[in-house]
Amino acid sequence: MPGKLKAKIVAGRHLPVMDRASDLTDAFVEVKFGNTTFKTDVYPKSLNPQWNSEWFKFEVDDEDLQDEPLQITVLDHDTYSANDAIGKVYIDIDPLLCSEAATVISGWLPIYDTIHGIRGEINVLVKVDLFNDLNRFRQSSCGVKFFCTTSIPRCYRAIMVHGFVEELVVNEDPEYQWIDRIRTPRASNEARQRLIFLMSGELQRKIGLKVLEMGGNAVVGYLQCFDLEGESGLVVRAIGTACTLEKISSTLPATATHPSNSSPSKDMKDSPQAAPSTLGCRSTHSSPVHSASSRLSQGFSVSVPTLLFAGMGSGGSAGKEGGPLKALLRQQTQSALEQREYPFFTLAAFPPGFLLHVGGVVSARSVKLLDRIHNPALGNTRSYKLLDWNSFTADEPETRDAWWEEIRQEIKSHAKALGCHAVVGYSESTSICEEVCILSASGTAAILSSRFMQDGPLDTEHRFEEVVSPGCGFCHIPYDELNIPFPAQLTYCYCCRRYKVPDVLFTTIDLPTEANVTGKGCLIQARLCRTKKKAQGEGNATVISNLLPFLEYELHTQLMNKLKLRGMNALFGLRIQISVGETMLLGLASATGVYLTALPSPGGIQIAGKTPSDITYEQHISNMQKKINDTIAKNKELYEINPPEVVEEIIGSPIPEPRQRSRLFRSQSESSDEVSELDLSHGKKDAFVLEIDDTDAVEDIHALLTDSPTPAGFYSCNTEIMPGIQNWTSAIQMFTSVRVFRLNANLTNQGLNKIFSDLCENLLKSLYFKLRSMVPCCLCHLNFTVAIPEDELIQVAVTAVAMSFDKEQLLENGKQSGEKTLIKAITENDEQLQFNLELNAETSAPNPLSSPKGLSEVGSHLSARASSVDYSSFADRCSSWIEQLKLKAHTIRRGSVKTTSSMEKASPLPEGRSRSLRSNRSYSGSSVAVVKMTPLSFIPGAKIIKYLGIINMFFIRETTSLREEGGVSGFLHTFIAEVFAMVRAHVAALGGNAVVSYSMKECVFMENPNKNQAQCLINVSGDAVMFVRESELESTSVQTQSATTHTSNGAEGT
Amino acid sequence: MSVELDVFVGNTTIMDKEVYQLWLNGYTVNDAVKVRIEGGVMEECEASAEVLLSDTMDQYRTFQMCERLLHHPAKLANQLLFQIPPDRQAMLIERYYAFDDSFVREVLGKKLSKGTKKDLDDVSTKTGITLKSCRRQFDNFKRVFKVVEELKGPLVENIRQHFLLPDQLARDYAAIVFFANNRFETGKKKLHYLTFQDFAFCAGQLINNWTLGAVDNIMEDMDVDLDKEFLQELKDLKILITDKDLLDQHKSLVCTALRGKTNVFNEMEANFKNLSRGLVNIAAKLINAKDVRDFFIDLVEKFIEPCRSDKWTSIDVNLYLTHYTNSVHILDTFKHHAVWTRYMGVIKSCILRMYHD
Repeated sequence: MPGKLKAKIVAGRHLPVMDRASDLTDAFVEVKFGNTTFKTDVYPKSLNPQWNSEWFKFEVDDEDLQDEPLQITVLDHDTYSANDAIGKVYIDIDPLLCSEAATVISGWLPIYDTIHGIRGEINVLVKVDLFNDLNRFRQSSCGVKFFCTTSIPRCYRAIMVHGFVEELVVNEDPEYQWIDRIRTPRASNEARQRLIFLMSGELQRKIGLKVLEMGGNAVVGYLQCFDLEGESGLVVRAIGTACTLEKISSTLPATATHPSNSSPSKDMKDSPQAAPSTLGCRSTHSSPVHSASSRLSQGFSVSVPTLLFAGMGSGGSAGKEGGPLKALLRQQTQSALEQREYPFFTLAAFPPGFLLHVGGVVSARSVKLLDRIHNPALGNTRSYKLLDWNSFTADEPETRDAWWEEIRQEIKSHAKALGCHAVVGYSESTSICEEVCILSASGTAAILSSRFMQDGPLDTEHRFEEVVSPGCGFCHIPYDELNIPFPAQLTYCYCCRRYKVPDVLFTTIDLPTEANVTGKGCLIQARLCRTKKKAQGEGNATVISNLLPFLEYELHTQLMNKLKLRGMNALFGLRIQISVGETMLLGLASATGVYLTALPSPGGIQIAGKTPSDITYEQHISNMQKKINDTIAKNKELYEINPPEVVEEIIGSPIPEPRQRSRLFRSQSESSDEVSELDLSHGKKDAFVLEIDDTDAVEDIHALLTDSPTPAGFYSCNTEIMPGIQNWTSAIQMFTSVRVFRLNANLTNQGLNKIFSDLCENLLKSLYFKLRSMVPCCLCHLNFTVAIPEDELIQVAVTAVAMSFDKEQLLENGKQSGEKTLIKAITENDEQLQFNLELNAETSAPNPLSSPKGLSEVGSHLSARASSVDYSSFADRCSSWIEQLKLKAHTIRRGSVKTTSSMEKASPLPEGRSRSLRSNRSYSGSSVAVVKMTPLSFIPGAKIIKYLGIINMFFIRETTSLREEGGVSGFLHTFIAEVFAMVRAHVAALGGNAVVSYSMKECVFMENPNKNQAQCLINVSGDAVMFVRESELESTSVQTQSATTHTSNGAEGT
Repeated sequence: MSVELDVFVGNTTIMDKEVYQLWLNGYTVNDAVKVRIEGGVMEECEASAEVLLSDTMDQYRTFQMCERLLHHPAKLANQLLFQIPPDRQAMLIERYYAFDDSFVREVLGKKLSKGTKKDLDDVSTKTGITLKSCRRQFDNFKRVFKVVEELKGPLVENIRQHFLLPDQLARDYAAIVFFANNRFETGKKKLHYLTFQDFAFCAGQLINNWTLGAVDNIMEDMDVDLDKEFLQELKDLKILITDKDLLDQHKSLVCTALRGKTNVFNEMEANFKNLSRGLVNIAAKLINAKDVRDFFIDLVEKFIEPCRSDKWTSIDVNLYLTHYTNSVHILDTFKHHAVWTRYMGVIKSCILRMYHD
């Protein structure tokens, strides 16, 4: 009995009128947890009732605390008939179970009804008293911290990264139970909401158990998804990366922790030489279509220049050439990793030095036929049961676990083939249409340093012994160049000139902060739409599996071409989404293109015709060629891509010819008049030559050229940070935009493609227009989700954040590229700042191996002049930063001391907190605390001082008066606004003032305009945090201290 | 092929001032798009008409969703649905409650009833303001009226607090409420030359001096109604015209003071009794609600028109009224000095304000 949950209902406001006669409401509240229910008194005839109830106490197992939400129902008392429900509030108790997160939930929370939306607000106080449970066999995992953030959270340090954790839970979908025919839509929606709450609570608990088993204390990059499989059930699954995190004690002198870091040259010297590595993508599709009676299995692999697929067998070659030390290290790391079932990491950004080499994107898809999930626990009191790996026996039918296992194995073997022992930036997704389900997984094959690894050979003291070549190391190929399984073009790294790099690099991770980048990045999207025949069951699955490889191939070709068109050579944050409908397949690949300084300059795009005799045809081709060349030149200017000219040497590249060509082309592209003279086609079909005589190519070229450039002052990316922009202002605007497009029947593939592409383009244009007041600004973390909700509908949803930046400083930066890294370093979080010397070394010698002897040596292109100046300024900033840290440490401590004494006073006056929170912010005078939301893991110009817990909310909204609510747009607009409002309110109640790593993972919209009905499901998640403005930190210490004290007072009161 | 659904929701609600104004002005989405295109926003931002349409629809939807909150501006500050920075909130409220002078002139002093609302289409055609905008303005008047009607304490302050309006706008609303409550006639042809601001000024004078709240500063009093006791006392002023001696004495005092100081002395001397009778009669009749309604028309007919036909300048009027008021205090048989001062103070400033072309 290790927990006591206490709840107090304070007051309500803005309640709806429930009694027409009096225009008032007689409201009371039911507070339910598990099977226990308490009620408040009826507060008669008021729309702003003051219940001020006693403390309702629930004595429960911590297992239940983790699984169950606290359910608050507001009702209208009716003497003669049944009480009418006004609405409900579900409160996730989880943040209160972790000592480092929130300690009290207190504030105004919207009362939500699935039919009417938000109906007033209720003020509640919730606390938990936890007792220590020493039972070894306990089923709870209280205290394990969960983070959606896909990097090490800002105020923590990673002691250990344990690795992949996954779990899934299945149940029948209440919407499809027989009882649904006789109950009201409201009851059905509420059953569903509650079930998903329970299931995600249980899922989180089980994952927590696994983490504890591994010896960790946190899950980072926690990604939870729902599969609404309709008749066959409901699956809630989650993946994450188990870590041991330590809160950074801010007083610690930043540099002291990592002494070995202070000599970059030492790091360099024992870097043997390139180990492994590769570019490109590997991908397979397997479709063991499964049905009750028969099993049909289809596996196939694609091998094309962009979609690198190799024969097996390169896995073992990885460490071969490494120096003895390195080889040893690698072996140890590898064995450590290989012991794991899946050496996967959902992280997309890493502590410095963790990510050594990046291979390329690995992905796997599989087409499955859904049938009823075998669920022996049906009929139990809790009517759902985890299908556990271990309990899985041979005579049970295949389960979702087995499906995912298959895919993960596939991914693992792909990574191996790329000479990598780990997969980073890993994610999984599904697309379901009727009974067909496409399961997808993708990640980036990589080689990781053994430090942070649990069973790595080195303890924390020595973890920096591993080789670090900051700016370019991760680009070096992780595999044996003699065994390249595909025709890749290798060159020596343009930074260090010692190791081989590929010509193009695709990854699913964020751009490493230490990477050397030339110019700026931009969002690159490949969009594809393919019609497919209507089919049923197995036939349908087969058709889909047959289409998939082509879809993927074309997406990659498009990506590659668009990348070249922008004069860039690497993609980060690549996310390929394939969505299946009854008559079509949609593919959307989004990534952020950049020019990695370490990689060779990309060649241009050549157009070749097959019938050279025709003069008008030639003319046409050369016109198109010219257009393309002009675009490339324009783009290079736009994204400020002017790589330092490097004296090129002849390198033992397997295919020297195309290399030369690309070089030739590069010099030509500046004077594009003579391009037509270059005969570059050679009849060799690779990614850079588009043969124009098939219609596909025409279409491709069209698609290439129709992408309109972003308007002046705008940049866009789908990663956390935009290379080349660091000086963010505090102005941020998170938004969600959804569009549904109705197609005409009988469209050709090309027509569809065009429509789909235009849809995305127009959506982007609308966003730029909407956000024009924020210019200069960058749309970061642009996350597109496509779906085919109905036969002729395409739905595109975008969530992103627009962030303003300072233009003047930007220009300065452009001129003095040396300073870029510095500013970047400053804006980085505390953890990275601890590596200041490392960063510093990088700044002063971006090309460390060409000038290994010291900072002063001239020879790199970034002049030594700049570095000597920057050195001191960096030190200055660093020391001032440490000052801030110290200051903050004081204030925080002071705050928490005060807390204990002042809480009794604070609790009856919940507004007091929000008022004092408010005083912290720029907007004063408003009675609602401002809560920022962002899909990024940080807030520009602010320090996250506390993580308050994960926000994971699921809402259903339904209407039977669609027209009256403003049609589909009005309905969805209101719903999304309501979801935002509820997220903000819950964050504020936890004592936070922002949500980071926010994402809308699900937005399922269904309509039936003829019946005037619509339904929508939204699932959102993120991390609730408390932040303090850096400007406030810098302002006079007295003020800051008092402000912070106030904040933590309210938040930490117990 | 069509866009079936198109929404944009920001964590901070994005509202374009220009589009808001178009919405307030009652433009349809398509008209608003036209106006925006003409405004050149498209070239500025490299946008297409399609983008503009989508943005306008979206904004209109946002405004519609906000509208019910704007009906109770205090709610806007503590609602959770829209995160709007306070300065934006203030802008939204101020503009929502802003009104057209030409519209308010049409309904000023009318009963804010359903009947009046039905006639709004006539007002709309007359003023060129869209019916939608007319309705919003009318509903605003009515809403403010209903809330403030029953409230005690100073009218302007009540309006400012309940509707979070800036001072000037709150004063204007006070005037509108005051006029509607007392049903002052403002629509007669003779009054057409007067602007809303003229009336608002006069309303301010009346509220500040003639209501119950004006004399004793007790918060429980209401500003909406005229001080009945005062109106009763005004009857006592009749002595100034009924007592022949007083009238002559008053005239000679004023004439002595003004001789040589004005070009219209002769006309003034000839008209004194008429003008004085006019002003005192207005005072004496104010106890009847019906005569209260005609207050402004009476002022114009009984005083302003005669003066104007004699070509008095406003300096002349000012001079005359000053001496006319002050001389009474020298009359030894006159007892009602306080009432006289309270009455004439308002009359003088109203007339001066109204004395223009």
